[in-house]
Amino acid sequence: MKILVCISHVPDTTTKIKLTSDNQDLDKQGVQFVIGPYDDYALARAVELKETNGAEVVALNVGTQETEPTIRKALAIGADKAVRINAEPKDTQFVAKQIFEHAKDAVYDLILMGRETSDYNSGAVHGMVAEMMGIPCVTPVMRLEIDGDTIKMDKEIEGGKEKVEAKMPLVAGCQEPIAEWKIPNMRGIMSARTKPLEVIEPVGDGETIESLGYEMPKAKGECKMIDKDNVEELVNLLKNEAKVI
Amino acid sequence: MSVLVYVESEEGKIKKSSREAVSFAKALADKFNDSVTAVALGTIDAAELSGLGKNGARKVLHDSESEFDKGRISPVASALAKASEQESASIVVLPKSSLSDAAAAKLSVKISAALGTNLVELPDTSDGFKIKRSIFTGKAFKFERLLADKKVLTLKKGAAEIMETGSEAQVESFTSGISDADKDIAILETEKAEGDILLPEAELVVSGGRGMKGPENWGMLEDLAKTLGAATGCSKPVSDMEWRPHHEHVGQTGVKVSPDLYIAVGISGAIQHLAGVNSSKNIVVINKDSEAPFFKAADYGIVGDAFEVIPKLTEAIKAAK
Repeated sequence: MKILVCISHVPDTTTKIKLTSDNQDLDKQGVQFVIGPYDDYALARAVELKETNGAEVVALNVGTQETEPTIRKALAIGADKAVRINAEPKDTQFVAKQIFEHAKDAVYDLILMGRETSDYNSGAVHGMVAEMMGIPCVTPVMRLEIDGDTIKMDKEIEGGKEKVEAKMPLVAGCQEPIAEWKIPNMRGIMSARTKPLEVIEPVGDGETIESLGYEMPKAKGECKMIDKDNVEELVNLLKNEAKVI
Repeated sequence: MSVLVYVESEEGKIKKSSREAVSFAKALADKFNDSVTAVALGTIDAAELSGLGKNGARKVLHDSESEFDKGRISPVASALAKASEQESASIVVLPKSSLSDAAAAKLSVKISAALGTNLVELPDTSDGFKIKRSIFTGKAFKFERLLADKKVLTLKKGAAEIMETGSEAQVESFTSGISDADKDIAILETEKAEGDILLPEAELVVSGGRGMKGPENWGMLEDLAKTLGAATGCSKPVSDMEWRPHHEHVGQTGVKVSPDLYIAVGISGAIQHLAGVNSSKNIVVINKDSEAPFFKAADYGIVGDAFEVIPKLTEAIKAAK
C-alpha cells in the first residue's frame, strides 16, 4: 500500500500574527514554522498504518527551500520519503493542482491531509484533489481503519459523528483524534537525514487569484469588569446594552 | 451576472448560516442588477423554501431526493454544477461548513472557477472582483482579486446580516440527477446529540474550561445554557481529557463559533481558543484568575469562582426573563 500525506508549513498555532510594514505580507521574523496541526494528525495516522498494515508513506509539501526543516520533521516522524514541489503555495487551486500532477502517476491508495491548513483555513485542497483525481473525498475524518480495499471512517458532523466507508483510493481530510500525535525521536531524526527528499519543479497553470495584501482585525475595546457579588449588573448589561438576552 | 446560492438544512429547516448566505448573495446580485437563485437539496419543509424569498432569493431550485439528506460531498457538488449551468450563473455562494467547504472545492474544479473562501464582507467589484477573507482563524484578513470569469465563494458564519424583508420565493422542482459515481461514500450510521442546539449555528454559547475541575460539574453550565437557550462548548484540554465530546471543542483546531454572546467559564484564553471565538459579537469571561489573558479579549468580565458565580448568574437571568 502506498500513502501520500500532504503537509503544510505553517506558523505555530501560538504565533501572534504580524504584518510587514506595507501590509503586503506576513512578518515571518521570529516565527516558528511547523507541520500544520491537522496535517500532523494525518501523518501520524499514516505512520500507524505503516506499522500495523505495512505501507510506504510519502510526505509531500508545496513550498520553497525554506520548508525543508518541516519536511525533514515529517521524515523523522516516520515518512519513508518526501517530495517537495518547489514553489510558493500561492493559493488552494495551485497547491491542489501540484498535488494532483504528482499523485496521478504515483498510484496512491490513500491521500491524507489535514481538514484545513491553520493559516489560510480554506479546507479546500482535499476536495479539489479528489475532484481532479475522480476519487471520493471524506472530511473531517476522526477515525480511519483499513479493511481489505475498504476504508472505514468516523466523520465529524455538526453535533455528532457518522460512520462511513468507501473504496480505495480516496482522499481524507483528517483531524484529531485520528491518531496519537507523534514527536520525532533521536533515531527518527538521524534516519531522516538519509531518507530521500525529491525536489520537483511546479507545473505551470494560469493563476486564478491575485494577492492584494493583508489587514489586522480592529483592536478590542476595554473589558467592563463586574463585581462577582453583583451578577444582576451583568444580566442588565447583556439585556440592555449588548441586547443579546 | 446571476448569483446562485446553496442552502443547507437541518431536520427540514434552513440553517441560519444559509440565510446569511442568501442575504449576502442578494446584496452581491444587486451590484449587477441581477437576482438570486437558491439551490436546496433533500428533505426540507415547503414553507422554509418559499421563506427564502424574505432573505433575498427570487427563485429556489429544490431537489427533494432523500439521498441528499446523507450529507455526502459529491452529490452536492454535482447538483450545484448542474444548477449553475442551467441558470448560467457566474457566481456560486456557499455557507461555510465542513460539507460546503469540500463541495465548494469540488465545484470550483468542475466549473473552472476561482475559489474565494471564508469571506467576511461583500466583494468590491469596482476594479475586478476583490474579496476580503478571514485567515489564521480570524487573527488576520487577506485581500485577493479573483481572476477567473466564474467564482465560487464561501461565506464565514456571522459575516452577513440576515435580510427579512423580501416576498416569498418561487419554488421550482429541480432534478440534479445523482449518478452512481456521486454515491462514492456509504454512510452506515449517524450519531447525533438529540435536542441540543448545534454549536456552530448557536446564537448564544456557554463554554467551560479546566476551571470547571471535572465533567461532573458540567450540569451547572448546562443549567445556565438551558436558561439562556444556548449551546454548550468547551476548551481543548477539556475535550482532550474526554470530559466533553470532541464536537464541543471550540478553538483554532475545533469548532469556530461566531455567536451574539459567548460566555467562557474557567477558560484562561489560550491564543488557540481565542482564535475560535474572536468573531463572537459579545464575550463574557468568568475566571477566578484576574490575570487570565481572556479578559483582554472580553467585553464583560467577572473575577470570581465559577462555582459561586454561575448558579447566581443562572438565577439572575431567570429573574430577568
